[in-house]
Amino acid sequence: MSTATADTHTEHDPHATNTGISNTKLAMWLFLGTECLLFGGLISTYLLYKTRGNGKTLPTDIFDIPFTSVSSFVLLMSSLTMVLALSALQRGDVERSRGWLLTTAMLGGVFVGGQVYEFTSFYREGIGFTTNPASSAFFTLTGFHGVHVSLGILMLMSLVVASMQGRLKPQNAETVEIVGLYWHFVDIVWIFIFTVIYLIPAE
Amino acid sequence: MAIIEEPLALESGQADIAERPLGVMTRPQEGNGWRDWLSSVDHKRIGIMYGVAAMFFFIVGGIEALLIRTQLAFPEQGFLSPQLYNEIYTMHGVTMVFLFIMPLAAAFANYLIPLQIGARDVAFPRLNALSFWIWISGAIFLNSSWLVGGGGADCGWFCYSPNSGVIFSPSHGVDFYAIGLLIAGIASLVSSVNLIVTVLNMRAPGMTLFRMPVLTWMLLVTQFLLAFALPVITVALFLLLFDRVFDSQFFDPEAGADPLLWQHLFWIFGHPEVYIIILPSFGIISEIIPTFSRKPIFGYSFMVFSGIAIGFMGWGVWAHHMFVSGIGPISVLAFSLSTMFIAVPTGVKILNWLATMWGGKLRFTTAMLFAVGTVGMFTIGGLSGVTHALAPADTQQTDTYYIVAHFHYVIFGGGVMGLMAGAYFWWPKIFGHMLNEARGKIHFWISMVGLNLTFGPMHVLGLQGMSRRIDTYSEGFGFAFWNLMATIGAYIIAISVAYFIYNAFRSRKEAVDLPNPGPDPWDARSLEWSIPSPTPAHNFDEIPTVESQDEWWHRKYAFDENNNVIRIATPEEAAQKGDGEGVHLPSPSFWPLVLAVGLPLIGYGIIFNLWLCVLGGLLTAGAIYSWALEPVDDPNAGHGHGDHGDDDDPDDHSDDEGDAVAVGADDSAGDA
Repeated sequence: MSTATADTHTEHDPHATNTGISNTKLAMWLFLGTECLLFGGLISTYLLYKTRGNGKTLPTDIFDIPFTSVSSFVLLMSSLTMVLALSALQRGDVERSRGWLLTTAMLGGVFVGGQVYEFTSFYREGIGFTTNPASSAFFTLTGFHGVHVSLGILMLMSLVVASMQGRLKPQNAETVEIVGLYWHFVDIVWIFIFTVIYLIPAE
Repeated sequence: MAIIEEPLALESGQADIAERPLGVMTRPQEGNGWRDWLSSVDHKRIGIMYGVAAMFFFIVGGIEALLIRTQLAFPEQGFLSPQLYNEIYTMHGVTMVFLFIMPLAAAFANYLIPLQIGARDVAFPRLNALSFWIWISGAIFLNSSWLVGGGGADCGWFCYSPNSGVIFSPSHGVDFYAIGLLIAGIASLVSSVNLIVTVLNMRAPGMTLFRMPVLTWMLLVTQFLLAFALPVITVALFLLLFDRVFDSQFFDPEAGADPLLWQHLFWIFGHPEVYIIILPSFGIISEIIPTFSRKPIFGYSFMVFSGIAIGFMGWGVWAHHMFVSGIGPISVLAFSLSTMFIAVPTGVKILNWLATMWGGKLRFTTAMLFAVGTVGMFTIGGLSGVTHALAPADTQQTDTYYIVAHFHYVIFGGGVMGLMAGAYFWWPKIFGHMLNEARGKIHFWISMVGLNLTFGPMHVLGLQGMSRRIDTYSEGFGFAFWNLMATIGAYIIAISVAYFIYNAFRSRKEAVDLPNPGPDPWDARSLEWSIPSPTPAHNFDEIPTVESQDEWWHRKYAFDENNNVIRIATPEEAAQKGDGEGVHLPSPSFWPLVLAVGLPLIGYGIIFNLWLCVLGGLLTAGAIYSWALEPVDDPNAGHGHGDHGDDDDPDDHSDDEGDAVAVGADDSAGDA
């Protein structure tokens, strides 16, 4: 009987057969690992195509580095507010946590708004999605990132609503932490994208 | 996505009806009718559904193969038009890779991983159901292009640009290919994350990583490969889709785009995919060969590390598919070398299987025959693979039937034969009755003859210079004889598959008069044999405590003072009784199915009418929120003590642990 054998061995380390990280958090880490390859593929595509203008204007010819620097700064600051939201909830301060979550979502919203502004101004200056390989790669890379930020905002707003309904209690802090992992990842990816697109000169 | 799984769910045992939001359905309860299969979150039922659906697509892909072979049986036939021929070989490849062999491996992974590590279910039961339903909706979507898309994709399974562009492929076939594979990719990605978490976090006490069965190890490596390979093809497919639907410029050479981009992205996915196909089979035969040799696997740690090595090295060989694409001599040299190196861990495995059999008391059951056949056939395919590593030889072989011969020996001879071995081996555990052994052996020999007669001659045809993907050939080329042989072989394979299906149904009918095979009909070695057949819904009455590799074998046998093996317990004595009293299982849910219905609607919307996207999007989003808000447990079902060994995290809901709500212990999971 399995019970008999189990009784003779009681000294097993309970943590030897799991990672000590909760299932949901481990799943989010793995998911973010796969996202690295998604953005890796998109960034590689942009690097390959960034100078292929087909005789037309390149995104690198017309972008506005100061403007995007400001919106990048806003996105990075949202990581700070995300940490504050988590820390507040862990301390049991639900109200303040809700406020920081809302702030994080709004900062993310400012970033996405900046992206929409940038896209429309590009379009007005003659660079659309179909203009040349460089523009296709630019809009796809930054667009995928924008969609990720938007989904993050959706998650944050869901947390805010849950918090208002009284469902987000201090013992749910890990849920906020996991959304936070996603949010920080999206920010870190933007640091790479910003560097690759805006800071590395195109010969 | 973890956020979907559980942000707002209630704690186990605290189901508070007052907090249930409006419009959220009660969670269904597990039963035995067909509806219960639609909402089931039981990893065993999901595994069986994967298996049945995969066999269905095996028949679909097989019919496509027979059409190809019928067209090529004689020179200058007009049985299929060139366009239809292109569509058929493309869909044959896509179907066999994405809709047959990957899901069949997923069937084994779903069914066996929790049993082999001593768990009651996977880490995220609802996500597991979601993977299955998304996969099948993607599969149906992909094949619906025959009906509504103006024909199948016609660009080969690798769909090289610019052939895949709207100019050269004007029908919607390639759109269906891109979206269908994106949907199926979501399924595999979710499943891989789920199974990795399961293996890393949910092992029974004492089941350290290096006590896990080799099959679980190989499946774990496979899931890592899936998790990291799929995002790359996701990028490629999005770029292709944007080119076709939104006129972007990724693969338009006239606009200065580089068609090699597609080839690189595709094969960075495509080569790990080869190992995704073959590693589960390697794992399966690593369970079967020791069992029927009555010896532990030779060099367990070598087996595990060679599997891991294949997993890593599989990322560094992709450009050997591109030796004639103009990637430059340095790249060719580097990938040529890395390709030769990857033969080393594979060779280690073959050596270890042979050494396991060496000196063993061999029993040639059907499963063992298929396993040994796998080793032999895979070795043939592996050796012709090494000849592709030599770039000068490969330059001659590229796009000839020699390549077709190679990968069919690997995928059919190595992959499918191994999975068939697994089917015969685990059939009694899954369905509670054996597959008839006499008929099984006939099935094996028909398969072997068919396989070698189909794919063996293709080596000759390839070396004679017959091109792949060519819809016919002329009388005087000297291809006629071997093509006819290959066609006869293909029909023999078809007979073997039909015979297997016949055997499955016939054995089921005959099993009524036969006694239950018992928990352990093969005298096997791993934990899934320590529970009754078919597996009870709750898997283990009590989570076992593991003390060694081959734990189950050590519960049956010991060594006496002269170091001879003696039996200490019969399987019936050592096995658990299948009494699920007080065990709590996760409640079923309909939302995975609803969510999965939304995705193909979005797909049709992208192709035909964007309003459908809105409908599909609403359905998907609604399902996600309903999923997140539905109570973890059905409040009406009973509650009791689960075995949360180290579950000290209040947020870690019982849904993730796989032990939430009591179900009837008599609920048979094996009732197909």
